[in-house]
Amino acid sequence: MARRVWALAIKEFLVLLKDPRSRLVIIVPPFVQLMIFSFAASFDLNDIPFAVYCEDPGLDAQELLSGFRRSRHFEETAWITSDAEIAPLIDAKRVLLVIHIGPRFSRDLRLRRPAALQAIVDGRDSNTALVALGYVRSVVNRYNAQYTARNGIRAPSARLETRAWFNPNLESRWFIVPGIVGMITLVVTLIVTALSVAREREQGTFDQTLVAPFRAGEILLGKAIPGFAIGLSEASLILLVAIVLFQVPFRGSLVTLYAGLALFLMAAIGVGLMISSLAVTQQQGLLGTFLFMVPAVILSGFATPIANMPPILQHVTLINPLRYLLVILRGVFLEGAPCGELVDQLWPMAIIGAVNLATAAWLFRKRSA
Amino acid sequence: MSQWRATRGGGRLMRLRGLVRKEFLQIVRDPSSIAIAFLMPVVLLLLFGYGVSLDAEHVAIAIVVDQPSAITASFTGELMRSRYFEPSFMPTMADAERAMRARRVSAIVRLRSDFARERMTGSAPIQVVLNGVDANTARLVGGYLEGVWITWLQEQAYEAGEPFDISVAMEERVWFNSEIKSRDFLVPGLIAIIMTLIGALLTAMVMAREWERGTMEALLATPAAIPEILLGKLIPYFVLGTGGMALSVAMALWLFGVPLRGSFTALFAGSTLFLLTALGIGLTISILAKNQFVAGQTAIITTFLPAFILSGFLFDISSMPPIIRGITYFIPARYFVAILQTVFLAGDVPSILLPNGLALLLMATFFLGVSRLRSRKRLE
Repeated sequence: MARRVWALAIKEFLVLLKDPRSRLVIIVPPFVQLMIFSFAASFDLNDIPFAVYCEDPGLDAQELLSGFRRSRHFEETAWITSDAEIAPLIDAKRVLLVIHIGPRFSRDLRLRRPAALQAIVDGRDSNTALVALGYVRSVVNRYNAQYTARNGIRAPSARLETRAWFNPNLESRWFIVPGIVGMITLVVTLIVTALSVAREREQGTFDQTLVAPFRAGEILLGKAIPGFAIGLSEASLILLVAIVLFQVPFRGSLVTLYAGLALFLMAAIGVGLMISSLAVTQQQGLLGTFLFMVPAVILSGFATPIANMPPILQHVTLINPLRYLLVILRGVFLEGAPCGELVDQLWPMAIIGAVNLATAAWLFRKRSA
Repeated sequence: MSQWRATRGGGRLMRLRGLVRKEFLQIVRDPSSIAIAFLMPVVLLLLFGYGVSLDAEHVAIAIVVDQPSAITASFTGELMRSRYFEPSFMPTMADAERAMRARRVSAIVRLRSDFARERMTGSAPIQVVLNGVDANTARLVGGYLEGVWITWLQEQAYEAGEPFDISVAMEERVWFNSEIKSRDFLVPGLIAIIMTLIGALLTAMVMAREWERGTMEALLATPAAIPEILLGKLIPYFVLGTGGMALSVAMALWLFGVPLRGSFTALFAGSTLFLLTALGIGLTISILAKNQFVAGQTAIITTFLPAFILSGFLFDISSMPPIIRGITYFIPARYFVAILQTVFLAGDVPSILLPNGLALLLMATFFLGVSRLRSRKRLE
């Protein structure tokens, strides 16, 4: 049996890797994606274009503004002198933010009344708006602390001392890159497995395979092995790039990570083979891949937290293998979590994997009988 | 002569009608195309619309109070009242740290035993530990905590009858989306992503399929010219795609309650240009690939993921490194996301719509031109 499965696996490898275009599709894009996405996918903002609308000629206002000019987060692109100029700038997305300092700023400050700084922000992208307002707030807080200290005003009776675990500078790249490793592994595995049966059906070679002395399980195994091998080796290469090139700290154990990856690949291959057995044409196979992949990425916590989803969707994410892999990846990379803490992520994937593979085998027998 | 030309023109129309009819029949017989055009937008919009949210509310946090007193109770009370937090009290810091490691809480707020005393002499520290793994959420939570802290200081000053000593107070005005609902900006962006998928998926395999099944030879042997064959492929899928677009817009307006501040005309013009680009890309892929496997994979890799990450739908383009920013100019979804977010949330702003529309027009012309040039009536 082992020899027959081996022969089938070799045949599948040849089908996938013999055609130069199909080889290209499997090998090159994952790396290009890793490079581009890792640089692109970040919620941090740099050089936010902002306009200054300052009606106060005093030095205090200038000092506050210089806090924005010095920050790498902000880039002053316009200086305006009337209310009417604000709307055109924001509407046309020339600036994201307008900092308005009213004419009474210096006087209020001297009289020790709260002096107003107005931040007008483009809310079309609400997250960018919130992040930008956060940066403004930190510039204002820094100014307040300096002003209080310099003028001998009593400091507020309590202060926040904030620090962040695992990612002290709150770099969102550290969060996104491990996620991309999981996402690309999923895509590669599905690509290799989901269209494999439909392709043979359309080319007519499937009947030949069926009449050859193979059992259904063996044919399926022959199709699963290339998916596993290609998925695992690409995942390893991508991990290496994430650690060496993107310098995402790797604090946990490789054993936990590979245990997670292996279980995840089982689950993903199961899905791919299910799609493969159901699809009559390659177009249907592609549609099936999409219908699985897109929700799997969205409901995994890759870009937006699962905790923000409505409760029903949060329950749906429990059957998504990518969800568990992402926790493992981030746990091993950033948290340095010991294996014991990640067991809760491993066993659900094992169950999902077993169910998926069994369903795939059942569907395959039924559809090829 | 003139009569001959007239019949030739009439024949062209007839042939085109025949090709369109053939394509529609093919669509109806393998209903996966109809599923792509109508089922996918519904499923995806529901999923994305409810599943993708950056609004962190009811964030689970741990509170550790080493020595409870009236003053610590007033601060923790302020935390409990905030709609952003769902605090739970933990007896010791070790418990709180364990909860954070197990990902049960996203932040720890700790008031040390000397809190009340230090408040009298100077500035008492409120210790905050954020779980930095999800940096974006951590930053939002930090911001919310700062808001709670300022409100509490104000109340304390008011109760003590002292002036509130904050030098500069920040006032925030968020235009276009005053409630800062992330759904209002995500849903228009989503429509762009969904249309990218539909356009590419619908057409990516159609020419490759004809080559693979050998029916392309039959098609080439007919008197139909290449532009007619291409148009015959394009028209049915354009109709399907427009239907999917209309469905998505209807869902955005009536299900998700996203405001439409611009005009339907701008929306329609933008989506027509974008759909032509997306179909053009699909057609180009399928002509170059001649093999459904390669065509399908290329469509997945070149459309969905770039549209998701590089279009400005979720991640801010102007903060990307210059090289990546350069690459985004080649992603058609980028222009469509800008158009949709502006038409839905801001209105018909010509300085946004015209350049983005023009970019789409150029891309559509380019891809449709490439597919015309690369398909020849010849067998290899």
